[in-house]
Formats: sequence, C-alpha cells, structure tokens
Amino acid sequence: MNAQIRPVLSTLGQIVLGKETQLKLAIACLLARGHLLIEDLPGVGKTTLAHALARTLGLQFQRVQFTSDLLPADILGTSVYDRDTGSFTFHPGPVFTQVVLADEVNRATPKAQSALLEAMEEQQVTIDGQTRSLPEPFFVIATQNPSFHVGTFPLPESQLDRFLMRIELGYPDPAAERALLAGQERRTLIHDLAPVLTPAALVALQGEVRQVHTAAALLDYVQNLLTHSRRAPEFGAGLSPRAGLALLNAARAWAFMHGRGAVLPEDVQAVLPSVVGHRLHAPGMAPQFGSTDLGRKLAAEVAIP
Amino acid sequence: MTTTDALPGAPRRRHAQPVDATLDAARVLALLATLVLVLAPHAAEFPAWVSVTVASVLGLRALFAWRGMGMPPAWWLALLATAAALGIWSSYGRLYGRDAALGLLLLMTCLKTLELRARRDAHVLVLLGYFLLVTGFLYSQSMGMAAYLLGCLWALTACLLTFQREPGRAAVPEVMRTAGLMIAQAAPLMLVLFLLFPRVQGPLWGLPLAQSAAQTGLSDTMAPGSVASLSLSDAVAFRVDFLSPAPEAKRLYWRGPVMWDFDGRAWRTGEALTTPAPVLGNVSEPLRYTVTLEPHNARWLFGLDMPAQRLEGSVLTADHQMLALRPVRARMRYETSSWLTYRAGLQESPRTLQRALALPSDYNPRALALGLRWRQDYPDPRNRVASALRMFGEQPFFYTLAPPLLGRDSVDEFLFDVRRGFCEHFASSFVVLMRAAGVPARVVTGYQGGVLNPVGGFLTVRQSEAHAWAEVWLQGEGWVRVDPTAAVSPQRIEGGLAAAVPADSGLPLFVRTDNALLKRARFTLDAIANGWNQWVLGYTPERQRELFQRLGMPKASWQGLAAALAMATGGVVLVLVLITLRRLRIAAPDPVTRAWNTLSAKLAPLGLARRPQEGPMDHGERVANALPAHAADVRRMAHLVVQLRYGREAAPEALEELRHRVRAFRPAPRWQRRVTTADGHPVTG
Repeated sequence: MNAQIRPVLSTLGQIVLGKETQLKLAIACLLARGHLLIEDLPGVGKTTLAHALARTLGLQFQRVQFTSDLLPADILGTSVYDRDTGSFTFHPGPVFTQVVLADEVNRATPKAQSALLEAMEEQQVTIDGQTRSLPEPFFVIATQNPSFHVGTFPLPESQLDRFLMRIELGYPDPAAERALLAGQERRTLIHDLAPVLTPAALVALQGEVRQVHTAAALLDYVQNLLTHSRRAPEFGAGLSPRAGLALLNAARAWAFMHGRGAVLPEDVQAVLPSVVGHRLHAPGMAPQFGSTDLGRKLAAEVAIP
Repeated sequence: MTTTDALPGAPRRRHAQPVDATLDAARVLALLATLVLVLAPHAAEFPAWVSVTVASVLGLRALFAWRGMGMPPAWWLALLATAAALGIWSSYGRLYGRDAALGLLLLMTCLKTLELRARRDAHVLVLLGYFLLVTGFLYSQSMGMAAYLLGCLWALTACLLTFQREPGRAAVPEVMRTAGLMIAQAAPLMLVLFLLFPRVQGPLWGLPLAQSAAQTGLSDTMAPGSVASLSLSDAVAFRVDFLSPAPEAKRLYWRGPVMWDFDGRAWRTGEALTTPAPVLGNVSEPLRYTVTLEPHNARWLFGLDMPAQRLEGSVLTADHQMLALRPVRARMRYETSSWLTYRAGLQESPRTLQRALALPSDYNPRALALGLRWRQDYPDPRNRVASALRMFGEQPFFYTLAPPLLGRDSVDEFLFDVRRGFCEHFASSFVVLMRAAGVPARVVTGYQGGVLNPVGGFLTVRQSEAHAWAEVWLQGEGWVRVDPTAAVSPQRIEGGLAAAVPADSGLPLFVRTDNALLKRARFTLDAIANGWNQWVLGYTPERQRELFQRLGMPKASWQGLAAALAMATGGVVLVLVLITLRRLRIAAPDPVTRAWNTLSAKLAPLGLARRPQEGPMDHGERVANALPAHAADVRRMAHLVVQLRYGREAAPEALEELRHRVRAFRPAPRWQRRVTTADGHPVTG
C-alpha cells in the first residue's frame, strides 16, 4: 500500500466501519480524477463517507440536497444587483468548492441534474455568459436512492457515464454495526478529524497516478473485455471507448494505491465491477438497472491473454 | 412410481436428486422435447404399445423435471428394462433384426432418461439421439426426412451445448447459432466423406423393402377395374432421361406384364416364356434412355415398346418383357434402348399361337358368336381387326374412370350392354373378340405417356399413367400393337388421362392440368426429388467411378479412393483450422507466457493450473496458499511474470531467472497429490 494513502485509509476506516473495499474504491476514484456515485438505501452512511473523505484530504466541502424544486442557480450561483455599486455581483453557488456532495441526485429534475453534470465534465461553469473555473481538485460525490424508489428522476445513460465509479455501500456487518451503535456519534468524529493530506499533495498524487505504466499485454486484456461486452448476448449494450479509458484510469489509481508502478490484470478486475456496473445493463432492461453483478460476470468470462 | 412420496405426512424420500447444477428443469425439458422430435418418425413403424411406453416414460421424466422430483430407484429401472425386453420379444419373437433391435433401442433410450442425474447421462442421451437419427433413414430416405433429421441434428447439438454452459447461462439464440455453426463447419467434411468414401454395391441404406411391403404397381393379373384403381394414385412409377429428344406422347408405350391366359373374367401372365429368344427385326436406330425405377415389389423392368437389349441381371422373355432376377425392392437405375419401329415374332411357333387363341368356351357367348361371325365374313385377319376397331369407334362406347360393375360374362356385358369402361375393358374385350375371330392376340399392360418435366428435362411416369392395350399376331407382320382405347378416346393417348376424362372425376392432383403456377411448382418439386434420387440416394459405385473419371482418375481402386479420402479430409480440416485460427488470432505466445504456461502445466495435476480469468498475482497467491512449502518460490515466479509482462522495463536476467525457476520447479510428489474428480458423481439408487 502506498505510504501516503495508508493513513488516509486508516483514518477513514475509523469513521466508516467495515467498508474497506468501498473506501479504497472511493479513494481510487478520487486519485483517478473521477467522480463518484454512491447508490444505496437511505441511512447506510453515504453522506458520512463523503464528508469524512473531504475532511481527511483537507478539502473544502459543500453539500447540496437535491429536491424536485431545485433550480440550476441553486447549485451554480446567481448574479444579484448591488445597489451601492450599481452593478451585478456574482454570488457563487455551492458548486464552487473542492468536494461537492450532491445528495439524492436523482430527486432533482433533469434540468438541475444537468447543471451539475456540466460542471463535472468541464470543470467550469458558464453563468451570464461568463465562464468561471472551478477549484482544483474538483470532486463530486453524488448519492442516489435505488432508481425504483418513488419520486425519482433516473439519471440518463449519458449522464451516468460521467461518473467514473458507482459503488454500493450495503449494510454493515454485525461487528461493524455493534461498534457503530456503541461508539460516538459520527458527526462529532468527523468534526474532530485532522486532515492527513493537503490539496496540493493530492494533486501531486493524481499526477503520479497518470504516470502508472500500462503494458501492451494489459491493453490487450482491456480490449478483450470491451470486445466481449459488445459481442456477448447477455449485455444489452457494449462498453464505450470512454468506458475503456475510465477503466484504465481507475486501474492505474488502484495499482498506484497498492504501490505498483504498472497495472496488472488483477487491478483491472478489482475496479471493473464498480467502473462498468452502471455502464452495462442486461438486454431489454433500462440502464438504471445495471448492477455490479454484470461487471463481475464480465470479469469471469474474459480470459487474461 | 414413487410410492413413498404419495403417503401423506411421510417424509419425502428423495432417492438421488440431480446432483449436477447444469441439469436444471429447463435443460432437461429441452432435451426431452428434442428426444421426442428424434423418436417421432419411428412412431408409425412400431406396435402401439412401444409408442405409448416411450411417450409415457418421457412424460413422466418431464413431470419429474418440472416438479423437481427424485428419480425412481435402480431396481425399478431394472424391472422396467426387463419388461421392455420381454415386450419386444413377445412382439417380434427375437431381440435382433432391424425392427426388434430398434424397438429395444427406443425403449432403452427413453428408460435412460429416468437415469438422467448427471451431465454424463445427458451426454449419453444426446449420443443415443444421434444414433437414433441415423436409424430414421432405415424407413425413409426421402428429402423431407433428411431435412427433418437435419433439424433434429441441430436441436440435439444445441442440447449438447447447453450442458456445456454454466448454469443459467444458456441463451437459446446463442446456443442455436453455435450449434448451427458447428454443423455448417462439419458440412464440407460430410460432403467429402459422402463423395469419396468407398461405396458398396446396393442402395445407400442397404436395406431394401421388406418382403411383404405392399407397393402400388402393376401385377400379373388384370381384372376389370384393376388399372382404373391404379390410375387414382399419383405415386411415381419411374422417371426417364432420354439421351435424345423424347418421342411424341402417342408413341410412349412402356411395356410391362404381358397377359396370355384368360379365365373368363381376369387375365394372367401365366408362365413366362423365356425361349425362344425374342426376335426383333429392327427398322430404325434404337432409342437410348435411362430409367430410374421406383421399387414396386415385382420383377418387371419397364421399357419402351420394344426393348432392344437384355440388361445385365435381367431376363428378356419371348414376349419382350424385361424381368429382373428378383423383385425390385429398392429404387434402381438402368440404361437401356428400344426400337420404336419394329417387327416382332415373325416366326412364332404353333404352340405359342395356340396359346394366343385360347378362350374359355362357357363364358361370354355373345362375344364368341360375334367373333365367329367376323371369322366367316372376313377371310383376311386384318379386316377382322379393323371391324373390331370400327365397332369401338362407331358404337356409343365411353371411356370412363368409373365404369359400372360387371357380372359373370363381363366382356359380353361391356360390349353389348353398358359400353362404358376403362382401358382394361377395351383391351380385354378386344383380345377376346380377336381370339374368337381366330386372330392370335394378347393383352399388354404397362404405362402410356408420361409428363415431361420442363425443369429437370426428364419424363415422369406415374401410376396414373397405367394402361392396357392389345397385340395381335398377323402373318407376315408379326405382333402388332393395337390400342382399342385409342379408337374410343384418342385424347387419352395424345394428351394423357386428364384430357380424356371429365374434370370432376377425382383424379389425383398431379394429373390435372388446370393451374399453371401450381403445375410449375409441382414440376420443380418433382425435379428436386429426382435430383435427390439420382445424386444422393442413387450415388452408387458406378456413379462414384464416373465422378472419378471426370476428376481425371479413370481407374480408382479402393486404395486410391482411401488415399483421396484421406487427402481431401485432411485438406478440409486444415482449411477449417486455418479459418478458425485466423478468427481467434492466436499468436505464438511470448517467452514469458510460455514459461508461465509450463508452470501452470506442472501444477495442473494438483488442480492448481491457472484459470483463464486468473491474473498472475492471484494465481501465485492461490498456489502459495495451497503449497506452503513452495510459497516463496511461487511468489517470486509470479512477481517475475508480472515484472516481465506488465512492468515498464524488464531486465533480461529476469526472464532467465523465471525460466530457471520454472524448470527447477517440482511440486509435491505423486503420493501427496490430491485426487480431483472431473465429473464423476457417485450415483446411488
């Protein structure tokens, strides 16, 4: 495990109990400069994870609760007329921060969703004809309830694609749950957390991740995965080239976290379910019903060359 | 069957559940349905109890699969198998022979489904299904049957494939496509084997018609109504390929049984006259043609009037009948020639002429009287013939498919009372009149006409073209063909049966001429059937030799055939392999992968070979955990593989080290190895 990542993981592990794999995936997602989608039932600690992650890495944190009457201006900010100066002054919205927690992103209307998603893709927002950059690093953690819940606007396929990973938290195991019930309140714990990394260090780490080597044999494997997802009948639509790039970036981050200078097939397999889960769906099913199972199935079917 | 299950409250006794997860209900039901398809063509060939047993056993197995019930115990099966064998014995009196053995095989196959517990059993059933497919050809070799069995082959192969798939992963379209692809890949090989495998003499399936099988066709007896009933069948009698343009329809008299003996009602061929040899004074060049004769369970080989040559394996009788040595029980093909203009039997012996004049004296008094009067009126026999034909032409005689029934003196009633009849009535009464008038005469049966197939360019003669005519012997002219039907209904001879009888007379579909499109479709179908007969079923050693001659191997011995077969098979397999390899793009493995594969092969006996989806680190970790003694070595090797294969730059000595370590690697000695079973599930009753 990389020496700079290990303390981050152990600190997070004190807050979010018994979810080491998900925590590692979340960190890998951050290191690969991707955005994270957490999908699960309410109350399993989605917000806690996002908040703790921001604190541990020493990043600014803003939370937007998505509701059905949320407007783009509520996210991006708005220009207000200042009587003293006689001009319009821009009041930045919550999106101007390093970590945005978009809570229950699928409760908002598509219009509000797309305002956030544009910011995610471009790392900048355009308001009143003026383009404003977002801070560096910029990381969106969105949570959503399972799509079949009442009163949701499922994210369309193209917008799901903007998230590098989608993870599910699931219920804690009995030991973790016991510790949770017996321990202090999480909110207090997060408040007391000391950052273990600076934003500048994080950006440097992200730069190192980009340098991780991918050998020709590994690219063969990734290509085989993509080809199989497009040919095999159990996948409704194959993976896009963008998905292939995302897979490679996430695998680089995973290899880097584990102290390797080159990506192994095992690294690809480790991130595969989370990276492709929301990009695949069974034939005849809506994309929102994609699951990590399909990712595991893909890994189980493609041989490593 | 499962009596213990029926007791209320009793614990359900499960004997041996299907242990193999691939044997889920859907797959088992698919296999059972396919078996039903395979067995279905046999249903007509066996006693009803066999079909009922097969159906109920398969139904029972389907129920077990549907409800997830256990199988009956082994002693039940033993009992059922014994009962099945006894049943076959009592039905056939033996357990061997085509029908008995096949019946036994059918019953055992369906009983085997009650043993379907493991994947292995499913394989056995599919293989049995393949064998049963072939037996379908023992009963019918038609093209329809071949197409049906090809469909069954496809379904069986798909079943075999489903049992190779992981549970829940058998998508029907995918499996069907793969199975179809496999059959398509096998097709060129099949073609090579078909064309080049040394042929044995005899029909393709070596099993001609059974002795007792009834076939439609002409017989050695002709009674009023026998030809008319034949004309309702559109079964093909034979097909003819003329080497030159076909003669016009009115000259197409296909000679069959020749009737000499009349008992007052029916005509019989009587004893065949093999001596003296038939004498033909030829007037023209013989016409050459090839006949493909359908089996008719009698000895006649049909040829145009008059057959000019004796075929090998046949007899040409004195009255110009071609007789095979044995009844024709399989489709046969022969090339022969005929003279359309001829002089036959100029010098007949008095005994023969005496036979051609014999008549029973106590039947048909009016006809005898008329004949006698002609004999007194006309000294020249030609005039007696002419007056009889004039009588048929001038008096109100009708040609009809449905003549009224006739009494004891059938010729008298036909000639003087009803005057409605089919060709046999005309031929028979004409010959009776001639004999009564002192002109030697005989009845000839056979076929007249035939339909030229414009698609295939051959002539099809059907049973509906059956006909009867007469021959009279005249001094100086020999035997002369006289067709009294032509005097009454010239259309029958010129335009076939359909032209001569009213449209609503219940003729078979094929004979009618109304719908042009329908007719065209029929011709095409008939041409396809003919091609099938000629090139698939009729692919005899002679045809094979012809093919080799055309390929430039005039004298192919069976060794030559075997060599050609081996070469062609090898060639086809090679081409298929090359295509497959191209598709898979299998490149030669690099040295690292080779070393890794060697390591994996050394670990395989311990069940530790690399799985295809397993990366080097995972594999190394698994091996290290399984073989703690070698953990360090194995981890080092995995590390080297990773470094060499996925690392940024690899030191050349790393490859050397890896190779060295792999060479030196010795996993546990034999006695320490775990025994791994591939697919052996202990099956208990």
